[in-house]
Formats: sequence, structure tokens, C-alpha cells
Amino acid sequence: MSTTDLGVEGGGEQAALTDFKFDRKDSRLVMAHLLFSFGAVFLGATAGLLQVMQRSGWITLPPWLNYYQLLTAHGVLLALVFTTFFIIGYLFSGVARTLDGKLSPAARVLGWIGFYMMAVGTVMAVIVILTNDASVLYTFYAPMQASPWFYIGAALLIVGSWFSAFGIFAAYINWRRTRKKHSSPLFAYMAVATMILWLHASLAVAVEVVFQLIPWSLGLVARVDVGLSRALFWYFGHALVYFWLLPAYIYWYVNIPQIVGGKIFSNSLPRLTFILFILFSVPVGFHHQLNEPGIESFWKFLQVVLTMMVVIPSLLTAFSLLATFELAGRSRGGKGLFGWIKKMPWKDARFFSAAMAMLIFIPAGAGGIINASYQMNQVVHNTWWVTGHFHLTLASTVLLTFFAISYWLIPVLTRREFTKHLNKLAIVQAILWAIGMFLMGGIMHIVGLQGAPRRSSYATYGDHELALTWISYNQVIAAGGVLLFIAILLVLYIWVNLLYFAPRTEKTIEYPVGVVNEQAEHPPKILERWSVWIGVSIALVLIAYTIPIYQMFMHNPPGSLTYRSW
Amino acid sequence: MIHMPKYEKIWMAVGTGSLILFLIVLGIMAGTMGLNPPDGMETTVEPENVEASAPFDQPGLKQIGPNEYEAVILSYIFGYKPNQITVPEGSTVHFKITSKDVVHGFFVPGTTTNLMAVPGHVAEYTQTFDEAGEYLFVCHEYCGSGHHLMYGNIIVEEKM
Repeated sequence: MSTTDLGVEGGGEQAALTDFKFDRKDSRLVMAHLLFSFGAVFLGATAGLLQVMQRSGWITLPPWLNYYQLLTAHGVLLALVFTTFFIIGYLFSGVARTLDGKLSPAARVLGWIGFYMMAVGTVMAVIVILTNDASVLYTFYAPMQASPWFYIGAALLIVGSWFSAFGIFAAYINWRRTRKKHSSPLFAYMAVATMILWLHASLAVAVEVVFQLIPWSLGLVARVDVGLSRALFWYFGHALVYFWLLPAYIYWYVNIPQIVGGKIFSNSLPRLTFILFILFSVPVGFHHQLNEPGIESFWKFLQVVLTMMVVIPSLLTAFSLLATFELAGRSRGGKGLFGWIKKMPWKDARFFSAAMAMLIFIPAGAGGIINASYQMNQVVHNTWWVTGHFHLTLASTVLLTFFAISYWLIPVLTRREFTKHLNKLAIVQAILWAIGMFLMGGIMHIVGLQGAPRRSSYATYGDHELALTWISYNQVIAAGGVLLFIAILLVLYIWVNLLYFAPRTEKTIEYPVGVVNEQAEHPPKILERWSVWIGVSIALVLIAYTIPIYQMFMHNPPGSLTYRSW
Repeated sequence: MIHMPKYEKIWMAVGTGSLILFLIVLGIMAGTMGLNPPDGMETTVEPENVEASAPFDQPGLKQIGPNEYEAVILSYIFGYKPNQITVPEGSTVHFKITSKDVVHGFFVPGTTTNLMAVPGHVAEYTQTFDEAGEYLFVCHEYCGSGHHLMYGNIIVEEKM
């Protein structure tokens, strides 16, 4: 069955278990992104292990290495570099898979430009982190000033990712040109939506880095406007977390139905979900700045309301996924109210790891609502609770989903088999991850509620009674961290096998893409009129940000000089 | 426009309804009970010169009424001025905090005093200390290599 002519019905998805081979050129592009991201995982996880052991008092770092340097490396390499490379690789793979089976030449060229810019930027930033010239953490708040190379590296990473976004748009536009009447395949649609969100949000951080931080770090201007830089950062910073989450959603919505032997429940609601993310991911950044001066309470509250709108697409997603699972389980003979649960492919790591991810997302999402809920934030803001929160969301929900993706995506690329043995290891990996994260992320929540600050080296705070109790919790956190590091070694072992050692196979290797349920109607055309949604998104931003940003210029204190406080 | 099965409609209605109720509760707490997070629209002179003008030329605790105090606290790399204040049990303290260099935090675990000290801005928050004890305050915004060494105490003394 060729991939070119399907499509039309049901949004372009293909049925049945089919072999899929990438064009060699596409395969190289996807593989380059994956390999780079795996390297980042290894370095970032190592930094994480050393950090958690230092903070708990297990080890003392040598004089040439400090906690905050490790923390910068950990955050930059995992939250910014690993995610961006993996996501772009995965999106390119799915766009190639669902749009004519290959990328257009323009998409490939743009993809490679993006890859090299991001890679060069990453190397620059990592070098100055290693020389301790950029221990400013991945939020790089001014007026702490890193080496200019750090900011230039960050700019290359961001602008490079735009080229990748343009590559995805190019492939999509190319497909749409001849099929104006059809709605696009769900994967491609979601990839485009994710990249629109990313482009919009990262514009702000690009403005911060290119127009504020680079000239200031080069000494061209003496002072920096701290309030404005923080507002720009968080305009980007919250959408960033949805940029991590949406590719996981793509896997859940599009690929998993095929793995569980079910169908995509609806062809319209998933699209609506992604549109809601485009609308409500940006005009919400103030919920990260609730406890700071210079922004009036009214605007903080308004952005809290807009933040909470994310509950709606989350509810839609939960329903759709469970409906897909239940229908699949029943069609395979699951009886009674919950019999279908037993029919899920629990022994398939491609499903199991993602199912763990989904389960963890329930408490993780609830924690997120607490964080953003205006008053309650005062109890948890900048405590270790917050670190616990994004280790459940990003470092568990998103990461475990990405692991699940890698277990079939690498085999499709390398034509090597994800053997039963590797599958078993992958399931052990996910269980180990869940336990490790329960100990580490779970206890971070608890000790955060007791007041332990995030992002802090080992300290007893003058032997204050309360601070000493935090250190006893730290022991469990560090134990969790060790388990997580073992789990990372396990996943690296699986990856290396899938890349170089697992047996080559002539068997069918499936790139799973679900079929849309026959009863699902065609998506309304409006959902694919991007200009409309981009327009609404900009309007919401203007409502949420115009007056507070205007006030920042009006009540503008003199800027800050430069500080290197590490 | 988009078809939604009956159960999904119920699910979405219950979920969205609870969300709206939740937001109304937050709004009522903010609007009528004055429960807003710390803020402050007041700005300062150049942060590095902030000690040259009021109120940060004389940081410290000042009684402004019966059981009512104003605590002006200057944060810097890596400490607070003053780093200890003492008030009687039941006191209401109005904090006014800024930074003379990088961004710092001011967090009193066990209370809702949790604010960012942004250079050039004055963060304000009011807290009543009903229970006696030795409260810790810590910097909870990364500010450099001595970030974890930056703390102080609020002593709340029992009433005689």
C-alpha cells in the first residue's frame, strides 16, 4: 500500500500493520537529532546525580566544580537541549511518515540548517558552562551576567529551532498545495500547531537575548532592564512547557491508538485541543511572577484565569484517550466495567512507558493547578515543591513518553529489532523510573511544603531546627536520584543496542499511526485556518500584556549594572 | 459544530463547571478579602545607590502602631540588612524589600511571606505573626555562589 494516495478519508491515517522505511535523507536528519539529544541526556543526568548527592551531604564537590554549575548544565542540557532536539527529530519523522512518506527537499534543507545552528549554539553554551563562566541556570535571570558566548549560544539554539519549524511548515504547505479540500493528517496538523506555539513564544525570549542580554554582556550598553527581561522570559517560559508536552500528546493521540489496537476517537477534538494550547499557552507568563513587584495584581489575576483555561484541553485529552483505550479493550473481548484495562498491551514497552507517563500526569497536573492558583502559590513559590512538580511533568510524563517513542522510532531508522529482551529491560526501566521519581519528585513536594527552597546547595541555615529537618528528607531524595540515574543508564544501554548492536531484521517494523474511528466526522474547516487562530492568540496576548508592559516602561527604575556573583 | 458524545459532554460540563467555581472563589478571595500575592509599584533610584535614599538608607524595624511594624529590609549578595528582627507575638509586619544588586528572594517558611526582591523595585507584603517562635527567612531565588548562605531570622516573642 503506498502512502501517497491515502489519506483523504479520516485525515490521512493508514490502517493495518505496515512496514515503513524512511527515505535515507530523512532518516539521516531524524537520526542526527536523536543522537544529539541522547548525548545531552547522558551529560545532563550525570550533572543531576552529582547535584542531588551534593545537596544531601553525601559528597563534597572538588574545588573546580560547584553545585550551581552542575545545576546550570543539568537544566540547559535536559530542559532546553534534549527536549528541543528530540522533539524536532520526532516531529520531522512523523511529518515525513504522514505526508507522502517523505520530506520535501526544502523541508530537509531547513531541517539541517536548524540542526547545525542548534548544535553549534549548544556547544558554545556548554563550553562556557564547563569553564564556570555561565553559572546562571537555565533561566539566566539578569542582572547576573554570563559570558556573551552563553547568550549567543542560546540565540543560535532558539533561532535554529525556527528553521526546523519552517522545515515542518514547508513540508505541510507542500502537501496542502495539492489537497486544499482535505484536512491534513492528524500528526502533521499537530506538528504544525506545536511549532506555531513554539515560534510565537520563543520570539519573546529571542528579543530578550538578542536585544537586551547580548548587547549588555558585550558591554555595548551598561544597564539592563531587569523587570522587562523577566517578563519576556516568562512570556516564553510557560509556553515552553507546553512545547515539551504537546509532542507527548501527539504520541498519545496519534501513535498509541495503533499500538493498543484501537482507533483515534475523534478527528476534530484533538485538533481543537491543540488550538486551545496555541491560544492559552502564552498570555499566562505572569503566573510565574505572582510574587514579584512591578506588576499590578489585576494583571496577575487575569493571567491566572487564562492559565487555568488549559484545564479544558486536558479534560478533552483525558476523555479521548480513555475512550480509545476502552473501545480497544472491549473490541478485544474485555468484559465488565473495567475488563478492558486487562486487555491493554501492558507487556509492550511502547505502551507501558507511556501509560506510566499518563498516570504520573494526573498528580502532576493537579500540582500545576496549585502552583498557578494565585494565592496558594505563596506557599510553594520557589520551594523544592516546584522542582518536584516539573520532575513529574517534564522529567516523567514527557520523558517516559519520549522513551516509549524511541523504542520504535530507532528501530524504524536502523532496521534493528527491539528484541523481547530489550522490551523487558524497557519495562523495568519505566518501573524503576516511577519508583525513583516517587521518592525524588514526591519527597521534593513534601519538603517544599515544609519550606525548603529550590536551587540551593547543601546548607544548614545556621543549624536552624527547620532546616535540619529538610536535610533528613534530602536523604530520600538522593536515594531516588540514584535510582533515576540507574534508570538512565538502562535507557542508554537500550538506545546503544537499538543503534548499533541489536540484530538487523527483515521483519516488518511498524511506524505506528492510528486510524481515525469511522464514525468520526470530518474536522470543521475553521480548525485548519491557522491565520484565524494566530490572530486570536495575538489578541489575547495584547489583552493580557499591553498595559502591564506599558506600565513597566512608565514606572521604570534605572536598569541594573552587571554582576558575576558566582 | 464538533460532535461530542453524551458522556463527554457531561464530563466537560462537570470539569469546566468546577473550574469556573474555583476561579470565582479565587476572585472573591482576591477582590473582597484582599488576599493578593506580594506586589508593589514603587521603584527606587539606581539599585547600587539604593542605600543613599529613604527608606533603604535606614533599613530595620520601625513601630508604626499598636502591634504594627514596618520592616524595611535590603537584600544583597549574600545577605540581608538587617538579618534579624524581633517582634512581639500577634504583631502585624509590613515588609518592604528591595535588592541592591541581583534578584534575591525573601521567604519565611511556615507563613505566606514569599516574595521576590527585584533590583529597582520595592516588594511589599503584610504578615501577622500569631505564634511565637524563631522563624527562618531564606533567599529562594538563585543569586550566586553563596545563595544557600543567605538567610536571617524573625524572632516572635511570647507576650508577657
